[in-house]
Amino acid sequence: MEVAAISAGGPPAASASRSRRRRAREAAIQAVITAVALTGIAAVALIFVFVAREALPILFDPQIRGEASLSKMFLPQVLRQGRPPGFMWQPVSSVPKVSMIPLFVGTLKTTLVAMAAAVPVGVAAALFSAEFAPRRVREVVKPVIELLAGIPSVVLGFFALMVMASALQAAFGFTFRLNAVVAGLALALTIVPIVFTVSEDALTSVPRSYREASLALGATRWETAWRVVLPAAAPGVLAAVVLGFGRAIGETMIVLMASGNAAITSLSLGDSVRTLSATIAAEMGEVVFGGAHYAILFFIGVELFLFTFVLNTAAGAIVQRLVRRMTASDA
Amino acid sequence: MSGARTARRRLVGAGMTWLTGAATLLVIALLAVILVDVVRGGIGRLSWEFITAAPAEGMTAGGIFPAIYGTAVLTLLMTIAVMPVGVATAVSLHEDAPTGSRLAALVRVAVTNLAGVPSIVFGLFGLGFFVQFVGRGLDRAFNGGALRFGQPALLWAALTLAILTLPVVIVATEEALRAVPREWRDASLALGATRSQTLARVILPSALPGILTGAILAVARGAGEVAPILFTGVAYYLPDLPHTPWSQFMHLGYHTYVLATQSPDVEAARPLLYATVLVLLLLTFALNAIAIFIRARTRHRAGA
Repeated sequence: MEVAAISAGGPPAASASRSRRRRAREAAIQAVITAVALTGIAAVALIFVFVAREALPILFDPQIRGEASLSKMFLPQVLRQGRPPGFMWQPVSSVPKVSMIPLFVGTLKTTLVAMAAAVPVGVAAALFSAEFAPRRVREVVKPVIELLAGIPSVVLGFFALMVMASALQAAFGFTFRLNAVVAGLALALTIVPIVFTVSEDALTSVPRSYREASLALGATRWETAWRVVLPAAAPGVLAAVVLGFGRAIGETMIVLMASGNAAITSLSLGDSVRTLSATIAAEMGEVVFGGAHYAILFFIGVELFLFTFVLNTAAGAIVQRLVRRMTASDA
Repeated sequence: MSGARTARRRLVGAGMTWLTGAATLLVIALLAVILVDVVRGGIGRLSWEFITAAPAEGMTAGGIFPAIYGTAVLTLLMTIAVMPVGVATAVSLHEDAPTGSRLAALVRVAVTNLAGVPSIVFGLFGLGFFVQFVGRGLDRAFNGGALRFGQPALLWAALTLAILTLPVVIVATEEALRAVPREWRDASLALGATRSQTLARVILPSALPGILTGAILAVARGAGEVAPILFTGVAYYLPDLPHTPWSQFMHLGYHTYVLATQSPDVEAARPLLYATVLVLLLLTFALNAIAIFIRARTRHRAGA
């Protein structure tokens, strides 16, 4: 500031007022930038508040609670006289049945199939890229797998519906063409890039000295990668898995198009399933605004928000710890 | 004995290494299969007429111009909304915040979490906040309570997508700011420039390629998202193009979804569907490819 005033070279009084004006303008600009930066925090808070706001009648509105209370959503209900109580999602019927359990089961099934396919493949590809691939190959592999992440999920859903479903039915003889396996494997296509990228970052952040020590002791390159580098990067790989899990739970268009959308509570992976996210997408168009069904769909939104929030926060914490450990052991 | 053991260890190592390579190849092959299938299925139907004409005969003939137009206008509005906010946030995080700032750490956590919120929840948020709260509020204030702003519309969908793509812009801009050498800032400040002059004339211009990369990535992401716009403004079929921010709009991704799942005659719609997907992929994929390769090159240069 002082330097600026001197170089301006005007009469002292004018220069002082100019520099004061300039300082005020600087402060204003900084204030605006800082205020705008708070948008991120505001956005997360607003998302939670406004999704929860529409779901609140489930807890407080006596009329809506008659149709959709927490016990109706989570506890077994008597569906037919003389039969043992069960779980059913049938929100549009003369007696609406709003059990969340079929939706949880469906979400869990597609997610588990996706994770079972995506984690081994993603981690193996990350190991290859970080530990074994020659530099030239690595520089091609990384951007190409990142490109997979750039395919819109509606396109993957379309591909699952038109191509994968028929191929998998021919291969495994599924009774239902669209089922948890088709949706799960299509989901895996979006999870692999996440698992790959985050794991690869973790693997490459392991200090070189670890590898050199292991190789010097006579371990092969595979033994070094598997028993030294991977364990050192384990928290990062775990974070990758947690992030992928969060993404799989919330992904909508793929499961909406490829899962068959039947809310069946079964353990068979060959059955059609209806997930939490697909339920919101499929049913919001038909609900009465402000009614019980409307509130339930927002309630599902709150659940999805909370699940992913917890998973992402956990993954963030894990990565933070890894970064601290690696920089500490570097020094 | 020991020789045999070493040989076995070598063999296991080679086998496992080969397996990791096979996994990598599998992922790349799947990507190739998807691309080849879409290109082969869609290229025959792709024509100038397809890109410039409106749909006809219950979506089984004609083109997809309204969907292309809707997607373009939507992402344009989104970009106008997200870029200033994203860039300012990144500047505040990287240039202004003192190291160890609590507030900056909180903003970072919020942005990371924002990136993880499921896209369908953004859709619910857009409906609950922009349409119901802001829109209805505007109706009550300026429109005597009659419904005009408080219904799904282009602007609400664009703003919803802007919030969804905010983390993309912030992360890319921060990366670009990080690449600006410290000495340039010091030199500018030493010459008497103020911090905002340094920002506007030194830092931002040299970070511009990186910021543009962020914009491209945001557009690619925003153009492909369907779940957030389902309840905030997209329509299955409209006779007119959207003329105001309060109109509803057609969209390539939603068009794909509807043609694939709700078409009365799947076989008749099939070529059209493939061609629509091809256009959507060309758009998002080309943008992503450009961004990723610019990024890889600048990283390479910085590393060298």
